[in-house]
Amino acid sequence: MALKGNLRDFTITQLLNLVNLAQKTGSLVIEGPSEVATITFREGKLAYARLNSEDGGLGAILHKSNVISAAQYGTLKTRAATMNDKELGLLLINSGYVTQDDILASLQSHFVDIIQKLFSWVEGMFHFDGDSNVPADKIPVRLDLENIIIEGSRRMREWEQLKDELPNLDLALKFTDRPGVNLKNINLSVEEWKVVSFINPKNSIAQIAKANKMSELDVRRIVYGLLQAGLVELVRVQGLDHSSLPGIDKAMPGKSKEEQKNLVNRLIGRIRSL
Amino acid sequence: MQTVKMVVTGPFNSGKTEFIQTVSEIDVVSTERKITSEAEKIKESTTVAMDFGRITVDDELVLYLFGTPGQKRFDFMWEILSEGMLGFIVMVDSTRPETFKEARAILETFRAYAPTPYVVAANKQDLEDAWDLDDMRIALRLDPDVKLLPAISVDRESVKTVLLELLTSILEEL
Ligand SMILES: Nc1nc2c(ncn2[C@@H]2O[C@H](COP(=O)(O)OP(=O)(O)OP(=O)(O)O)[C@@H](O)[C@H]2O)c(=O)[nH]1
Ligand SMILES: [Mg+2]
Repeated sequence: MALKGNLRDFTITQLLNLVNLAQKTGSLVIEGPSEVATITFREGKLAYARLNSEDGGLGAILHKSNVISAAQYGTLKTRAATMNDKELGLLLINSGYVTQDDILASLQSHFVDIIQKLFSWVEGMFHFDGDSNVPADKIPVRLDLENIIIEGSRRMREWEQLKDELPNLDLALKFTDRPGVNLKNINLSVEEWKVVSFINPKNSIAQIAKANKMSELDVRRIVYGLLQAGLVELVRVQGLDHSSLPGIDKAMPGKSKEEQKNLVNRLIGRIRSL
Repeated sequence: MQTVKMVVTGPFNSGKTEFIQTVSEIDVVSTERKITSEAEKIKESTTVAMDFGRITVDDELVLYLFGTPGQKRFDFMWEILSEGMLGFIVMVDSTRPETFKEARAILETFRAYAPTPYVVAANKQDLEDAWDLDDMRIALRLDPDVKLLPAISVDRESVKTVLLELLTSILEEL
């Protein structure tokens, strides 16, 4: 069903987070001010990306990443003009020009470049099309989103936005237990590792910042990235009793537990009968 | 006579008044105003003080449903309304992702006012533009143990289900 909105309300990082956590398959189409980007995912991993204004052909991509020379690119453009990416890729590998790894690495960095560009878009409609897949003639990759998300959140400089996203520094952090996510595969900076090393349900974010002599802005940005990448989640600081909800007693003052239960059961019976 | 109250809160236009109206035995629309500002003119009227609905349980017990105003400039009412509530419902318009962040902020605010059980209702699920619940849960950053329920405020059975889920959560806390 509908997954659409405006980048003013949902940042690219948040959208990638959504795709990552929900392990979505399909294409995110983003209509920016001057061009349209299509990012395709398979089971929450990046598979393909293109900007409608760019030549997304394999030849151009290999040339951009210096895997083939300008002369070779020129030759391909005339001799292999009718070949699609898969055919061209096979030809290049079979004739010994490039390896399969060259091709995949070039595609990956090209797709990541496109997403990096998107991080600077602040305006634009997006929608997610769950039926849209990688075009049949294109070579898909399979790239985890965590690193891309962390990279994107490093660029966040807007104090207001970070404060909005993470209003309460008195909360603690804990690692999520999502399958298949290994912190070792994530490229964290020294500052990020410092925060990570203090993660424990007993330490509030404010305490982590203090221990690392980090500003609120810096700790917010780092925690935001870790959160969006789905690596950690917010929890209340352990040790405080938060299991009881004193508001309930206040709402039914002077009643024993049994009387309270009786009352709620009568409410349930009445609502059922409506 | 014993009275208990539950609060229905959430962003502007999310369907709070409609929700209460659907199950209330009295007419709730007491404090609606015509909207004058062009910017907010996506509908005819808005709640300015509160909605007030009633469900009589038996001779000794009455349930009041209070709806908060959705517009931020009336949020001075929120704390007053939350006083002594048994639980609360956060209504979210599933078709308007631009309000999700505010919904999250409202949820946090009410949780701080009075620590009571709550559920989140993903309203207007009958509309084509409604977001999926799984996506909303991530976008709203709700913990796995928070109840996020599909809702249609204009549908009585749906409203009953949301109320029953909240009451069940309350019972579980006792
Ligand atoms: N299709 C559909 N429309 C709904 C639903 N719930 C509410 N609406 C409509 O959405 C609009 C807003 O509903 P209200 O009940 O006035 O919303 P509110 O939250 O009380 O709004 P404020 O008091 O202004 O904050 C009205 O036009 C309702 O008829 C629903 O479940 N489905
Ligand atoms: Mg209203």
